[in-house]
Amino acid sequence: MADVAAPNSIAAMGDSRSSLHKLMQRKSTVAFLMALPLILLILILVAYPAGYAVYLAMLNKGMTRFVGFGNFEFLFTRDTFWLVVYQSCLFAITAVIFKAIIGFVVAHFVHNIPSKGQRKWRGMLLVPWVIPPAMSTLAWLWLFDPSYSAINYLLEPLGVGRIPWTGEAGWARFSVILVNVWIGAPFFMIMYLAALKSVPEQLYEAAAIDGATWWQRIWFVTLPMMRNIIAITALFSLIVTFANFDIVRVLTAGGPLNSTHIFGTWAFRVGIEGGDIPLGASVSLFMVPILAVAATFILRDITKRGSEV
Amino acid sequence: MANVAIAEGATPRPNYGSMSKDRRWALRWSYFFLVLFAIFFLMPPIYMLITSLKTSQEISAAGNPWWIYNPTLANYIELLTQNHYLTFFRNSAIVSVCVVAVTMLISVIAAFALARMKFWGSATLATGVFLTYLIPETLLFIPLFKMFAWVNETFDIQLMNHWWTLIILYPTLTVPFCTWIMIGYFASIPKELDEAALIDGATWTQTLTKIFIPVALPGIIAATIFAFTVSWAQFLYPLAFTTSTTELVLPVGIITTLIKGDVFNWGQIMTGALLGAAPPLVIYAFLMDYYIAGLTAGATKG
Repeated sequence: MADVAAPNSIAAMGDSRSSLHKLMQRKSTVAFLMALPLILLILILVAYPAGYAVYLAMLNKGMTRFVGFGNFEFLFTRDTFWLVVYQSCLFAITAVIFKAIIGFVVAHFVHNIPSKGQRKWRGMLLVPWVIPPAMSTLAWLWLFDPSYSAINYLLEPLGVGRIPWTGEAGWARFSVILVNVWIGAPFFMIMYLAALKSVPEQLYEAAAIDGATWWQRIWFVTLPMMRNIIAITALFSLIVTFANFDIVRVLTAGGPLNSTHIFGTWAFRVGIEGGDIPLGASVSLFMVPILAVAATFILRDITKRGSEV
Repeated sequence: MANVAIAEGATPRPNYGSMSKDRRWALRWSYFFLVLFAIFFLMPPIYMLITSLKTSQEISAAGNPWWIYNPTLANYIELLTQNHYLTFFRNSAIVSVCVVAVTMLISVIAAFALARMKFWGSATLATGVFLTYLIPETLLFIPLFKMFAWVNETFDIQLMNHWWTLIILYPTLTVPFCTWIMIGYFASIPKELDEAALIDGATWTQTLTKIFIPVALPGIIAATIFAFTVSWAQFLYPLAFTTSTTELVLPVGIITTLIKGDVFNWGQIMTGALLGAAPPLVIYAFLMDYYIAGLTAGATKG
């Protein structure tokens, strides 16, 4: 392309400005065409459905009549809806906090040991993240089986009675969070480990000379240095956990008595299985506010780092 | 700062012995807790393996669930000679391979255009791509369900209940993230490299295939692994959009065919889940560094 343009501009010196302009234009057209499949994909299969969900949420059950905020008003009067809101927030916030803590602690232990063994441990500890969640949740379902629970078998000698892992509301809530933490903590571990490696060793040396205890080293050196990674990993995870589907669907399917439903699984139950598409769409739209807040923070971080570079 | 550390560190010599003793204890505790965490993290997959090697009689017997008294491969043989499981595996494999191909084609080309050939709105588009990654599939499956019904009415194309529909849907989950990491990798390639190529008379296509793709190969491998694992593990879309046994993919297939009402055939379910988890695990075992590079790239690049 470039060598075609070059003789042209030499031949018509006076015209060089406009032909250069044309070249620039052509380059940007080519670039646009190269990005076109991406643009179409996003517009047709992501942006349009997202907007369509808002429209759908304002129709009646038969999708024949526009009812405005009728579906939302109906949801607000249902106890199940408030249960789902409560459980979604509890599920997402508790799970993210525990994932972050366990990830942070495990990352420290891996960072502590000699570096030639680190690869092996890191590889072993990331396995829960690699197995497809639906498959590993099946294993948990079997570990939690009411009559053959292998975990209860291990707990029995410790004097713990039979625990109804998925049978009783409180325990079922605990179980879905536990499985989510099990799957997600290794991801935090990997992110924090990468961040730990980027903290300069001199800072720790200086802290040790100033007589800092291990706790002060973590609080005044490690945490401030890792603040960005901690925040962005937690925000990512909050989005993914809030929008979770697989774990709850496979482990409890929302039961017992809807106590473990979160927005995604309840929207599926109402919209696809219950046949009320508009109501299902309105349920799933309640995920948008928290997603928007998290996305704003992540974007701010990205633009900030972009301007630093 | 380093100078000060060395100068002051030299004076309290005798302290060094206790420091290294502290370190030894820290090391022991680290190993102790790592073993505990490794047991917690590896317990479910190990239990999958244990159960898959048992007979149904042994599974429902009252003995120690963590011990195999009569190891058998019966579950594996039965599952692999059953037509259904192999169908699910084949569907999953075809869908994942096609999605990876489509994803890499779209995202590498688009990322090149966005990172190097600026055009009107390209910066906004790059941010938009990232935002798309944050929109979860739990928000999109209901409108998509309705859109498919509309496509069927208008164009007479039935998108529901076909495994190939998933090839159209999965790129929405993989393309934004892959484009995002590829933009990061391409942006880190020095401008001088492609300017030199342009001066030598290379076209944009040649710059992409002869310079960018070879240099950014680690990023491309990481993105490929990501696209494969995401499409292999996806559960919601196949559950919502496919129902016949011939059209199902792995996770959904195991759950809908091996669980009959209240009867759980645990030996076969665990075997199926373990075999289903095998492809991502094998890829991970061989390409761990690329896998981890892909994981960390999302938040650290850009």
